[in-house]
Amino acid sequence: MRAAGDTILPLALQDVWYNVDGVNLLKAINLAFTAGVRTAVIGPNGAGKSLLMRIMHGLIKPSQGTVEWQGQAADGRHKSLAARQAMVFQRPVMLRRSVAANIEYALKLIGVASAERRERTEEILDKTGLRRLASSPARVLSGGEQQRLALARVWARNPEVLFLDEPTANLDPAATHRVEEIVSAIHAGGTRLIMTTHDLGQARRMADDVIFMHRGRVFEHRDTEAFFAGPENDLAQAFVRGELLWWRKGEGTGGRRQPRHEKYRS
Amino acid sequence: MTDFSDAFAAAIDLVATWDDDLAEIIGLSLRVSLTAVFAATLIGLPVGAAVALFRFPGRSVLAVLLNAMMGLPPVVVGLIVYLLLSRAGPFGVFGLLFTPTAMIIAQTLLITPIVAALTRQAVSDLWAEYEEQLRSFGAGPAAALPTLLWDGRFNLITAILAGFGRASAEVGAVMIVGGNIDHVTRVMTTSIALEVSKGDLALALGLGIVLITIALVINAGVFWIGRVAEESA
Repeated sequence: MRAAGDTILPLALQDVWYNVDGVNLLKAINLAFTAGVRTAVIGPNGAGKSLLMRIMHGLIKPSQGTVEWQGQAADGRHKSLAARQAMVFQRPVMLRRSVAANIEYALKLIGVASAERRERTEEILDKTGLRRLASSPARVLSGGEQQRLALARVWARNPEVLFLDEPTANLDPAATHRVEEIVSAIHAGGTRLIMTTHDLGQARRMADDVIFMHRGRVFEHRDTEAFFAGPENDLAQAFVRGELLWWRKGEGTGGRRQPRHEKYRS
Repeated sequence: MTDFSDAFAAAIDLVATWDDDLAEIIGLSLRVSLTAVFAATLIGLPVGAAVALFRFPGRSVLAVLLNAMMGLPPVVVGLIVYLLLSRAGPFGVFGLLFTPTAMIIAQTLLITPIVAALTRQAVSDLWAEYEEQLRSFGAGPAAALPTLLWDGRFNLITAILAGFGRASAEVGAVMIVGGNIDHVTRVMTTSIALEVSKGDLALALGLGIVLITIALVINAGVFWIGRVAEESA
């Protein structure tokens, strides 16, 4: 789909920290993302998954460290960067206009001419099964339909990298299945996927490698199969077993500071 | 009490028989106030939205100022416009004092802060909800401005209505810059004031009934249109 060399990948995070009022929400993150594969970021609430996605997407600047797109197409041209990578939020904002107009709006912002906008919108409406809803107001769609529209808006832009923050949270199995189908189709078109999920089954189904996070740190980054066969990190082991994770004194693999409190915070 | 019921009966009769003088006064009132609302909307929507979206020095001062100016006393606005437009004033050469144009200018000054302040609030609330999504799409404040005005259209209609309510109800500004000249600058509010001071309560009350009816009809119409439109958006 894209010419060789015309890429913004790999994405590299070096010693990324993020703190608010002296509280470190992300700590010493070092990650690299190359083209092709699908990555799932898993971990309990408050692990910093969504924050990490926002930092990689460019919505939030890290307090310390660097987030760098290193491909040839990423040489400081910010405008092109914004158009080449996209994000679907856990609660996507539906603009108060029709389904088709929502898709066209996303295309207009990256400078797609109006004839091509309509063409691409038509194509995406078919691909996402939103055709019969094309002229419905986006705000009256069901949760599953809204999530499909959110995917349609970014798919129309054909991004090189797509960040998905809990794409199927609060969806029933049928709606989850349709969303996963669309996400797989986007990947099949050559888009690099990085998603967060609470659903370990989804991580197994949809990811080639898994990043396990807890309390602002990355503890493990391995192939999905190897990870689920037996995580090396004891917190990850407990998480995969379905145990509730919170801090207890002396827990976890070494090299971390002791927790300051033991209280469970939801 | 009989005075009142007599006056009321006479007022109903006056409205029912509908003479040309009455029509002229109502027509001028609507022309002045609607033109002022139109101008205030043209200025107030973008200004209010810009104050909500752009970060610049003095932004919060401007926001406070806009809110404070929502309560500008009409007579003070009238006085300022009077001074500006009077023969000796900076815009005296245009000879606008005691014309409907002067009244439109005064009412525009009076209600633009209302439209702008309410727009700022509405757009600011909407931006809180939309910011992350729009920035993710690649839209900065400049691209977000028209988007938010459109997506906030139902709240903004209320802002515009508030401006219309203020313009059509005020008497101080149009009295000072218009002068309440018969067949030239006489509007509903100024003639009500005049007729009351003359003791002609029937005419005053009749005009009052018309004024309230117009406000009701416009608000009901906008409410109904807004609801129908909101259901389909």
